[in-house]
Amino acid sequence: MSDHNPAIPQPKRNILQSLQVDMRLLGMIGSFLAVCIVFNILTDGRFLTPRNIFNLTIQTVSVAIMATGMVFVIVTRHIDLSVGALLATCTAVMAMTQTQWLPQIIGLELGHPLIPWIAIAAGLITGAVIGAAQGWLVGYQAIPAFIVTLGGLLIWRNVGWWMTDGATIGPLDQTFVLFGGIGGTLGVFWSWVVGLVATAAALLALGSARRTKNAHGFPVKPLWAEVLVMAVIAAAILGFVAILNAYTVPERVIARDPALFGCDVAEGCVAAYGLPYSVLLLIVVAIVMTVIALRTRLGRYIFATGGNPEAAQLSGINTRLLTVKIFSMVGVLSALAGIVASARLGYHTNDIGTLDELRVIAAAVIGGTALSGGIGTIYGAIIGALIMQSLQSGMAMVGVDAPYQNIVVGAVLVLAVWIDIQYRKRVGAKV
Amino acid sequence: MSTPLVEMKNVSIAFGGVHAVDDVSIELHAGEVVGLLGHNGAGKSTLIKMLSGAYKMDSGEIWIEGERATINSPADSRDYNIETIYQTLALADNLDAASNLFLGRELTTKLGFVDDGRMEAETRKIMARLNPNFKKLKEPVSALSGGQRQSVAIARAVYFNAKILIMDEPTAALGVHETAMVAELIGELKKQGLGIFLISHDTREMMDLCDRVSVMKNGKMVGTERVEDVTEDDILSMIILGKNPKAAA
Repeated sequence: MSDHNPAIPQPKRNILQSLQVDMRLLGMIGSFLAVCIVFNILTDGRFLTPRNIFNLTIQTVSVAIMATGMVFVIVTRHIDLSVGALLATCTAVMAMTQTQWLPQIIGLELGHPLIPWIAIAAGLITGAVIGAAQGWLVGYQAIPAFIVTLGGLLIWRNVGWWMTDGATIGPLDQTFVLFGGIGGTLGVFWSWVVGLVATAAALLALGSARRTKNAHGFPVKPLWAEVLVMAVIAAAILGFVAILNAYTVPERVIARDPALFGCDVAEGCVAAYGLPYSVLLLIVVAIVMTVIALRTRLGRYIFATGGNPEAAQLSGINTRLLTVKIFSMVGVLSALAGIVASARLGYHTNDIGTLDELRVIAAAVIGGTALSGGIGTIYGAIIGALIMQSLQSGMAMVGVDAPYQNIVVGAVLVLAVWIDIQYRKRVGAKV
Repeated sequence: MSTPLVEMKNVSIAFGGVHAVDDVSIELHAGEVVGLLGHNGAGKSTLIKMLSGAYKMDSGEIWIEGERATINSPADSRDYNIETIYQTLALADNLDAASNLFLGRELTTKLGFVDDGRMEAETRKIMARLNPNFKKLKEPVSALSGGQRQSVAIARAVYFNAKILIMDEPTAALGVHETAMVAELIGELKKQGLGIFLISHDTREMMDLCDRVSVMKNGKMVGTERVEDVTEDDILSMIILGKNPKAAA
């Protein structure tokens, strides 16, 4: 099939235009890399080690999962201030379910294989129901989302407290804590398998997109550009897996249970962590949310409603029900983030997720989601969360005091949005 | 006489005690253009919004092709093959032309995902017919000119084989050339047997485009006349005085 459609003249383009890359994505990745390189220099090369990159990734997961949902909320011109508190209520439900309710009321023995899954289901349902209730108040009762979720912030933080009597609940189930990060990883072999499958899927998706365009006679980018984009994506995925696989398990950890790492004795045993389950969870969430945003009616309606609520309504879209769905989705994502956050700690505490709402909103906004509605991307929110976490970890490694850290993060948030507005003004897009 | 395509009988709606539309009846036949005239706030747009499902009427009846119709939402209205081009165009500015054209009625693949390729191809086809200069298919409609935005809104109404078309000030934001194009399109759609309600302030234009004109004032129907039976001055006096000179005579 011909790459050039005679009906549509191909104008001369520079390299970046030929590649058809999103300039804002490039800008975000650029600033993320800049942050990493600066900290790497300041820490004499300790920032960009496999170990730190591994830690950075697992620290980002919880906020990043919620940020993908916050994109939809902000795109439809709402806000959700309750995600951190909702996370706490969900972890309280999950912790109580697995340590007390199931063992004491239902009589399932501690360590029963069903316990973690029932607890997770309970947490997800809690998140979905609370989110839907908040969405109903916003959508059907027309209470501003700011107020509903500000109320939610106070309510759900303390419902969590009330359920647990303010006590720390733990230790959590052995299977449940696998979602925490370093405690549950795929190992070298399966990490490569996941990496290769992901690469193959990405290349197939690009190829089929190109075929579709050709089939309809739309202009496609030059073949060399397509191949270059594919190569960059493959290198990024496999490079990431390689870095995680380069983080080897310290010998003293192997010594605790050599059989776990496929060795008889700890001496001379080389094992690596590989891809953590929590990161895999984030990747799945990111893919699902991106597909929803770009390829489903639900996503189309979310963006249409954000761009012009009246037009969406006149087009027959039930914008009220849409609001319920979006807030419910955020509730489910808060519960998922709660699994990761409490599993990482190994127990539920009262202050779990405190101030997460602000980190989540900041991540979405740094990632290019416009508070005026209609504009935002899932990948942007995840990169935003990564930038925030890198700044925080980097400054901690350099030895910046906590108050100064917050001053810098706050300034970066404002600066990032300012730069984005300047960029959009220049390209003539909606601010 | 044949069954009217649309019949609105004794329709009323009030907003907080203000009778925006008060006991108005109007009918539209296939292949006919009926113009609605009147000052701002006369109730033209409100009357038409009850037909397009944006407002719910307080009392009255709507009959479509001889059958009683229930229109409670824009989706209901579309089910009766009624399409509306709003004065504000009702476009989602952040989306491209194809997404706007199919908004609420997306084409999907077998798996239920939106089929952007097919929608873009269909958009190219209809745009080639309506506005051959239209090239910016990939850009959000906020980047389009007034005339191009109007073509997207018109394409949206025409694409889905409407039987009844409502056009609220379709030429208000357009240049001379584009206005002529809309006029030509109205003529073509009329020939295809559509019934069109046209709202405008421009009496001259209405005399050219419409078969009949209805004048409203303060929520009430002043009168409906065939354009060949009245002069522009008659219409103007109906708009301004709220009285039908022919009825009085």
